[in-house]
Amino acid sequence: MTKGFAVVVPDRTAAGQYAGLSLGAWRLIGALALIALAAALPFFVSNYHVFELTMVMIYTIAVLGLNILTGYNGQISLGHGAFFAAGAYTTAILMQRYGVPYWATVPPAGLICFVFGVLFGLPALRFEGPYLALVTLSMALAMPQLLKYFDNWTGGVQGINLVKVAPPAGLGLDHDRWLYLLVLAVLILAIRGAANLLHGRTGRALVAIRDHPIAAAAMGIHNARYKTLAFGISTLFTGVAGSLAAIVVSYVSPEGYGMFLSIAFLVGSTIGGIATISGAIVGGLFIEFVPNLANDISDAAPAALYGLAMLLFMYAMPLGVVGSLAPLFSRLLRQIQARGAVPLGK
Amino acid sequence: MAMKPSIVTGLTMTGLVLAGGLALAAGQYGPGATDTEIKIGNTMPYSGPASSYGAIGKAETAYFNMINDQGGVNGRKINFISRDDSYSPPKTVEQIRKLVEEDQVLLTFNVLGTPPNTAVQGYLNDNKVPQLFVATGADKWNDPKAHPWTMGWQPSYRIEARIYARYILQNLPKAKIAVLYQNDDFGKDYLIGLREGLGDKADKMIVATQSYETTDPTVDSQVVSLQASGADVLLTAAIPKFAAQVIRKVYDTGWKPTHLLSNVSTSVKAALQPAGLDKSIGIISAGYGKEITDPKWQSTPEYKEWLAWMQKYNPQGNIADANNAYGYGVSQTLIAVLKACGNNLTRENVMKQAASIHDLKLPLLLPGISVSTSPTDFAPIKQMQLEKFDGTTWEMFGPVISGAAS
Repeated sequence: MTKGFAVVVPDRTAAGQYAGLSLGAWRLIGALALIALAAALPFFVSNYHVFELTMVMIYTIAVLGLNILTGYNGQISLGHGAFFAAGAYTTAILMQRYGVPYWATVPPAGLICFVFGVLFGLPALRFEGPYLALVTLSMALAMPQLLKYFDNWTGGVQGINLVKVAPPAGLGLDHDRWLYLLVLAVLILAIRGAANLLHGRTGRALVAIRDHPIAAAAMGIHNARYKTLAFGISTLFTGVAGSLAAIVVSYVSPEGYGMFLSIAFLVGSTIGGIATISGAIVGGLFIEFVPNLANDISDAAPAALYGLAMLLFMYAMPLGVVGSLAPLFSRLLRQIQARGAVPLGK
Repeated sequence: MAMKPSIVTGLTMTGLVLAGGLALAAGQYGPGATDTEIKIGNTMPYSGPASSYGAIGKAETAYFNMINDQGGVNGRKINFISRDDSYSPPKTVEQIRKLVEEDQVLLTFNVLGTPPNTAVQGYLNDNKVPQLFVATGADKWNDPKAHPWTMGWQPSYRIEARIYARYILQNLPKAKIAVLYQNDDFGKDYLIGLREGLGDKADKMIVATQSYETTDPTVDSQVVSLQASGADVLLTAAIPKFAAQVIRKVYDTGWKPTHLLSNVSTSVKAALQPAGLDKSIGIISAGYGKEITDPKWQSTPEYKEWLAWMQKYNPQGNIADANNAYGYGVSQTLIAVLKACGNNLTRENVMKQAASIHDLKLPLLLPGISVSTSPTDFAPIKQMQLEKFDGTTWEMFGPVISGAAS
């Protein structure tokens, strides 16, 4: 029996295929179509919008890192802005002091942030919930001052000016569109990597630790190792995002990485859907566009509007946009799969 | 009929005259400028830790509202688009790009903060958009060769330090100078300016220097060490929190040098009261604008005009907040430049006019101080007057001194 809905879906054959392809193949086609759309998009919008969309993708990668740690592993972090800054400054110092080409600075930035994350994750094992939140908040508060203190390396208050990236010759791309495509490539890698991680054994271990740490340990999961690993992987993602941001903005300074950045990441993460991957995209969009929209609507109290937007989203969709909509989507998929199934007993 | 040809001729002639007249009145326009409007872009920290400076943006909006009420500039209304960047350079980049690429402004005006301006300086110069009258005291905005589209406004820290040097050379030629400076570009600019002003006497006259970090808990040891050098002049390039400590320690050790203090720390509330007003008597600093809280300026017609403007156009502004005098003055400078552009409102002409200001007097500048620029001199205000603290207020004394590099 099928409940009628408006979508016309080909009947499922006995071999489990729809119009000649399995569900998995359709998923792949869908993903490739999305990628093609994203890659074509910059050629249809103005330079400024390309820049905005690039920043959306960068924030998506950063929020994805936070989702891995806080959503899938339950370790709350109010300090991811500090790792974003660490990635940015690694890139800036390598580029400016050592003349490393911009694209070659991204892996070291990720690696250094991974190491910092693991080093931070070890003592963080002792903390839970609000105490961990406070400890990570301390990092967010300390980072701008640390950046100003080590001014031999960081340029202090004046920051580090970076050379504007030149697109490779012969591709016919301008600066903004080249960076967009570069960041898109990194985003695809990041999503693929996160999906592989989270849909496999490691992901299940992380979720088990989040939901029932004692049971997880009893099952043989090494809690400490996975929690520390989660921290490192999470900061790797956010550090890579910071590195890309430094390349796109071409300038780093302590004022760009204040406490509010860490909070914005958590807000974006929660509004998108904290234990999801695609929620990070919603989070990135929220971080980039909502403050500007709030400013455009109200000169006098944009922060109040931002808070109001947060409240409305949380009220309407408590599990985040993707978190709340995904179950509905899954239901739809299951109904599609149920169509044409041979009923038992017949 | 006899009437028709003459009406036709008359109308044709009128049409030609009008067209010719319009062609003459029609200007040359860059982006953001039309017959009726001039679009100006700006970013200010309206939120975040530096949001007290947002008052400057509000003052500027109020000033342009007044100009528009009075008919605008050469008949064109000012469309002042000011956006919040929270003093965060990545946001400044975003907002400035939006102003230039989406809003298509003619120029950017009085963007506030050294890091925000540094972040967008390359972009604005590459795209040949004026980065006019930036709101920071750093010296690097006066570099027309490297950055021909960037111009500062207020006297830089180096200019101020050169003025102190000139004062010392004139009045204390045998001085032994000690310098305490914050260990960043702000403090170092004072040291460089002092050396520039002293010229070849610098090495002989500067007997000791000490620096401090903003993360240091106290600067007592630095002060003691400077006193031990036997100096009789002390230049303190510090922010209010540390200036207060220095003043206190100098008093406590019984050292009585001629104490020169950077202009950023002249606030009675933020620096002198914590140190102790009686301990601050005799400290010398320099200023370029009239203190709007000083009764002797409050009786002048210029102040009354400013006050009337505040009450009508900027009623939410605090009449004791110097930011409102700053915004007023820098807006007047921009209006003078735009007036001088006439009907040629291209970005090139805006920079050209900005680089040819001759002795412009603004009502809230100290008497004798005026605004001047040239194609090789992008520092509009180079003069300051010394002031001495008498226990209650800062009293101006002596002549207006120029801090231009000689």
